Amino acid sequence: MSTLHDRVMGVLAGVPDPEVPVVSIVDLGMVREVRENPSVVVITPTYTGCPATDVIKSSIRVALDSADLRDVAVETTLSPPWTTDWISESGRDKLRAYGIAPPPHSSQLRAKASPACPRCNSTNTQEISRFGSTPCKALWRCLSCAEPFDHFKCH
Amino acid sequence: MTTASSSAASRPDPALFDYLLRLGDDSLILAQRLSEWCGHAPMIEVDLSMSNVALDLVGQAMLFLDYAGQVEGKGRDGDKLAFHRDALRFRNCLLVEQPNGDFGQTMARQYLFSTWQRLLFQGLVKSTDAQIAGIAAKALKEIEYHADWSAEWVVRLGDGTPESRERMINGFAWMWRFVDELFQVDEIDAAVAKAGIGPARDSLRSDFDAALKSTFEAATLPLTPLPAAVLGGRKGHHSEHLGHILAEMQHLPRSYPGAVW
Ligand SMILES: [Zn+2]
Repeated sequence: MSTLHDRVMGVLAGVPDPEVPVVSIVDLGMVREVRENPSVVVITPTYTGCPATDVIKSSIRVALDSADLRDVAVETTLSPPWTTDWISESGRDKLRAYGIAPPPHSSQLRAKASPACPRCNSTNTQEISRFGSTPCKALWRCLSCAEPFDHFKCH
Repeated sequence: MTTASSSAASRPDPALFDYLLRLGDDSLILAQRLSEWCGHAPMIEVDLSMSNVALDLVGQAMLFLDYAGQVEGKGRDGDKLAFHRDALRFRNCLLVEQPNGDFGQTMARQYLFSTWQRLLFQGLVKSTDAQIAGIAAKALKEIEYHADWSAEWVVRLGDGTPESRERMINGFAWMWRFVDELFQVDEIDAAVAKAGIGPARDSLRSDFDAALKSTFEAATLPLTPLPAAVLGGRKGHHSEHLGHILAEMQHLPRSYPGAVW
């Protein structure tokens, strides 16, 4: 008999991020807590203006409902604020395989290391634009293989 | 919106309500201004950047305005406050409603605002109001990007060609009049600072001046004494620009009340 926590996390592992659908909201570290009595799942938005947050909330509702977890409420919290350090290792691997360079850990941020190219793994890369196609990404290019790529910003 | 806010409705606080409108309206109006660039920026990357900054600012605005609605306790949410309020009721500073002009003028406004906002939010992170502290901690990470990004443009354009330099100087020349207002303290700011909800606005001035000096040196731009301040935004006395901004921003929800996607 699995616990409510395990059941809910199992369901949420199947809820993709609408903008980067290869990773789930669990991979991204958006799920902060599963409480019982009353049953609540607490999520935190990645970016304040992220238009995906509402989509994610309704996707969670649908996923919980179809898993017969209608009594589990969905709440959001802002603090502590989400950080890219909460992206799991498997989430980072999935991002890389998808062509997005994962964010560095914040402990390495001040080192200003360039992200490795997700195609050829070269670190001879260059920032094109600090802002990319979505709030979470910056545009980079690889100087070794010439591939332009998205870099998930450290946050 | 979060669990921490449930106590707000039980203690209506006019000063806190007004303070939250100031925070929310600053972000909302600047977001609206920046979004006017969408599809018109000099480069696709810059277009994306300005839309991204605008989106971050909309995010801040909705969090502050939703909270303002809870504090007010009259059933208004962020959307209601954004789209169904007249210019006289807006509490944004005059800086954010200034026209985009050319790219230099837009960057001058952005640099001044983001540099100031970063200092303000570094103080708000320590707010005695948990909800404000939470929003500020979340937003500060985004503001750091806006401040660095706009400072880089000020340096690139200021220390660029004679043409870009002149445009940067002209851009700042337009905006200087609206800088002092950012640091003005009235009875609401005093009450908020006393309660530890937000930093005293005037205390941010020396760090702001230091940041300005360092960026202007890197940009080889002349720093001239500031002209006399133009005030009024915090009391609802706005330039004619705000009316036009609101007419565009509020047109749809006012014409079709209750419309949804
Ligand atoms: Zn490469």
